[in-house]
Amino acid sequence: MNLLALETATESCSVALLAGERLFARSELAPRRHAELLLPMCEEVLAEAGLARRGLDAIAVGCGPGAFTGVRLAISAAQGIAFALGIPVVPVSSLAALALQAPDGDVPILAVVDARMGEIYAGWFRRGADGLVEPLGAETVGPAADVPLATHAACHVVGSGWSTYHEVLRSRLGVEPAWAEGDRYPQAVDVARLALPRVGEGVAPEHALPVYLRDKVALTLDEQRRNR
Amino acid sequence: MNQPIAKAGHGPVLGVETSCDETGVAVFDPARGLLAHTLYSQIRMHADYGGVVPELASRDHVRKLMPLVRETLARAGLGVADLGGVAYTAGPGLVGALLVGATAARALAWSLGLPAIGVHHMEGHLLAPLLEADPPEPPFVALLVSGGHSMLIEVAGIGRYTLLGDTLDDAAGEAFDKTAKLMGLPYPGGPALARLAEQGRPGVFRFARPMTDRPGLDFSFSGLKTQVLLAWQHSDRAEQTRADVARAFEEAIVETLAIKCRRALAQTGARRLVIAGGVGANRRLRAELAEAGAREGFSVHFPRLEFCTDNGAMIALAGALRLAVGQHETPEIRVRPRWDLASLPPVA
Repeated sequence: MNLLALETATESCSVALLAGERLFARSELAPRRHAELLLPMCEEVLAEAGLARRGLDAIAVGCGPGAFTGVRLAISAAQGIAFALGIPVVPVSSLAALALQAPDGDVPILAVVDARMGEIYAGWFRRGADGLVEPLGAETVGPAADVPLATHAACHVVGSGWSTYHEVLRSRLGVEPAWAEGDRYPQAVDVARLALPRVGEGVAPEHALPVYLRDKVALTLDEQRRNR
Repeated sequence: MNQPIAKAGHGPVLGVETSCDETGVAVFDPARGLLAHTLYSQIRMHADYGGVVPELASRDHVRKLMPLVRETLARAGLGVADLGGVAYTAGPGLVGALLVGATAARALAWSLGLPAIGVHHMEGHLLAPLLEADPPEPPFVALLVSGGHSMLIEVAGIGRYTLLGDTLDDAAGEAFDKTAKLMGLPYPGGPALARLAEQGRPGVFRFARPMTDRPGLDFSFSGLKTQVLLAWQHSDRAEQTRADVARAFEEAIVETLAIKCRRALAQTGARRLVIAGGVGANRRLRAELAEAGAREGFSVHFPRLEFCTDNGAMIALAGALRLAVGQHETPEIRVRPRWDLASLPPVA
């Protein structure tokens, strides 16, 4: 199995190639440079593995939530590559990939990404028997102070949402996290790990679409009139 | 329905356009001409918002692009393995919208080891008449009139463009849309205003021909909009009056454009005029310029109506011309929301 993974939903731009048992990866914290970095990074990992582009079997992609333009970049690239090569796309939650960075253990993991405008993208996960993570409920977006958020007796917290809103989140969670890191971003290696057992569920490129969570981005004329 | 191009250095070129609110895909074969094209317009979605919402435009391009690519290749009877290159609009336009098409197209080409080229959207419009049976040979003067642009450009050769005149405020298409809105027509009102004008009587109202009383090739249409608003507000606001105002407004725009076109031809010595962009679909403009050409001895070239507005065919054609002389992009995906037409490298 040769699986190429892309993840550009946040400040970090990363790609990973699982070629059989071997793993090749590139990652860079490079806000606003993702578009120019993405394909050259893919080229580098393929060259390092000695693999031709036509040797790829599937594309894994972090489908968000995250920065809208960033999420679309990885999705559009995944669509283009998969269409060209006639291979499936395996979309993976960028929050799940982020949660995978928390330490091992039977502790619920809160993955939080700073969503700007005073809001966070948030999702709870737990470790599965396979060492990967599975969701505990639906992912959400909303103000850090009042987005619906489950509480647990203990937790791990990971992601940029913690850097920006750790004070608010501490009071929301009601417990001090056993482990918390704000300076973490979803990575393509984790997208690849999550996608690998699900390659059989891969979809055609036109069905690999972004997950924005924030769906109200403009007011219709009717809504503008009502607000006046 | 198409023209081959002389230098056929490679196979069919896939063209992708996503610079604003239309998703366009086409395949142009340098040896056989245009093989297929498809278009999806988002106009109805944006109408609920009174104008194009950039984020919604980007979201719709992501949903529509791949199905259109699949459909276009099927209509052309081609598989991806038959392609010789990929072209995409790299600018100018909405950055998020541009990125969707540029990324998918660049990644598709990269996967197949095909050359890819980022095309200037306006060059696409300028060269759209080359998709027709009787294509104009450079040098020519092009009038580029759309919702975003009102430009006169001297085309010395493919890729050799000099800006002769530009709008100082509203673009011609923008003036149509804004005036339509002032007169109570729903977004996008430009085409509706033009239809209304056909019911209008000549000579009931008359508006100034802006900036024609002095030398130069620049345009200004925002004052005209104000004149129309005043005339409309002080009228009886009957249906026939609305049509009469629309008629006078359209005549003012069309005559202004025609005066500047004739000036540009005189200034450059060119004998061929190309009309491109969405306003190029306007019937009165087409009739007025065709008449002026017949009277004064210059030829006038219009793309067919569907290639006046944004489309993938013009991008595939412009890309094919550049790929044929060996121009192409590196794997870095780059879009240019602002991009000077005169900075393009020449092709011929």
